[in-house]
Amino acid sequence: MKTTAEKYKTMVEQSSPNSPLLKNMAKAFVGGGTVCVLGELLAMLYARLGAGEELVRMLVPVTLIALTALLTAIGVYDKIARHAGAGTIVPITGFANAIASPAMEFQTEGRILGTGANIFRLAGPVLVYGGGAAVLYGIIYWLFAR
Amino acid sequence: MAERIGLNTVVLHSRPRISAFAAVGGAMEAGGLLNGKLARVFDDDTLGQDSWEKAEAILQQAAAESALYRARLSTKDVDLHFAGDLLGQCSASMFGSRGLGIPFAGLYGACSTMALSLASAAIAIESGAARTALAGTSSHFCAAEKQFRQPLEYGGQRPPTAQWTATAAGACLLQGGELQGDVLPPIITQICLGSVTDLGIKDAHNMGAAMAPAAANTIGAFLRDTQSIPGDYDLILTGDLGSVGSDLLRQLLLQDWGVDLSDRHNDCGLMLYSQEQPNEINAGASGCGCSAAVLCGDILPRIAAGELRRVLFIATGALLSSVSSLQGESIPAIAHAVLIESGT
Repeated sequence: MKTTAEKYKTMVEQSSPNSPLLKNMAKAFVGGGTVCVLGELLAMLYARLGAGEELVRMLVPVTLIALTALLTAIGVYDKIARHAGAGTIVPITGFANAIASPAMEFQTEGRILGTGANIFRLAGPVLVYGGGAAVLYGIIYWLFAR
Repeated sequence: MAERIGLNTVVLHSRPRISAFAAVGGAMEAGGLLNGKLARVFDDDTLGQDSWEKAEAILQQAAAESALYRARLSTKDVDLHFAGDLLGQCSASMFGSRGLGIPFAGLYGACSTMALSLASAAIAIESGAARTALAGTSSHFCAAEKQFRQPLEYGGQRPPTAQWTATAAGACLLQGGELQGDVLPPIITQICLGSVTDLGIKDAHNMGAAMAPAAANTIGAFLRDTQSIPGDYDLILTGDLGSVGSDLLRQLLLQDWGVDLSDRHNDCGLMLYSQEQPNEINAGASGCGCSAAVLCGDILPRIAAGELRRVLFIATGALLSSVSSLQGESIPAIAHAVLIESGT
């Protein structure tokens, strides 16, 4: 009798190795933690240089974004992220990489229809649903918590 | 004249011969099994081009030209050219063939293209439609990632079932008619084209699992039609099932066909790279260029040398479309088999 799709699904599950979850989580913890420590150090540095709290809050993410874009451009970021996983995807570094990498990749199709049209290919859903969620939250806040 | 036996298999009586073959590849592909066996090695993965797509076209052109050079033939001597690749509209094959001026038939069989193009060329020779035909295919890691997955510099993790698309190409020159000289090239004696098979796998990072049922069906049908057993072959070589797909293939053949592949089976995806190589190869190599380069760079030379006498080559393709997978479709797969024998 031929193997059914249902039975095959079980066979595939048994034959496919799982991602090493504990190891990945440990590496993500260290990776994400490092990004946060870097953010704290930058905040302390900017505060010492005399920036006010508002300015520090803006400068830290901007620096992390610029650093990520630089590391993406020189081909280092993906090698770090291969190990750090969610540790580098979840912080703002992941968002910056998701914009910088398609911008580089689609350069060959031109500045307008290549880079321009594809730059939000990966980050687009985050912008759409992030923006949408913010509007929804704003409405709820306006209705009930004003 | 070709003769159909059983349900799926075709016997070629004119013994089309593979009179020349060549594999080319990138630095990573030159580091494992094919060390010293590639006609050309391209250390720079851009191949001096300004896009990955152009780079792959150069790979394909280099393989075709190397095979022609080895056969001491020019493009004018070739009647038909069969080629395909993974890119949209088979663009690497189209651009790679643009300068050759050979009547061209583009094929799409995803990673099964090496077997599909060999089978098509062999049928053309057998029928008399061509005296000399070229068959080839290519894949490029960066071009494939761009089309099917994420941008190259995107920082994501690959699961252990994922495979690594080979940056490589292979080409074979097939000829019919009377053999001149005393060199005995490998010949194609039987072919078995598979049908599209789908057991519902949707995970694009587990292509081995998607393709294993197609490979099992083609191998099972071929063995049934030819009334043979794995022991009748020196090697049963699948294209790019990788470790997960190879394991599933053995299970499926045993369950559905009562066939035990035991020690006769190997997979190009498990052969191409060595385990010590640094990149994330995970479940093995894949891509049209994987089976093409292993066949043209390692297996055919061993058949020509008489080291292997009968090799059943089954290239496997996952017919993944980036549109249909987003629409929730599973991944259909296909496998084509070509029996290559030593010319003696």
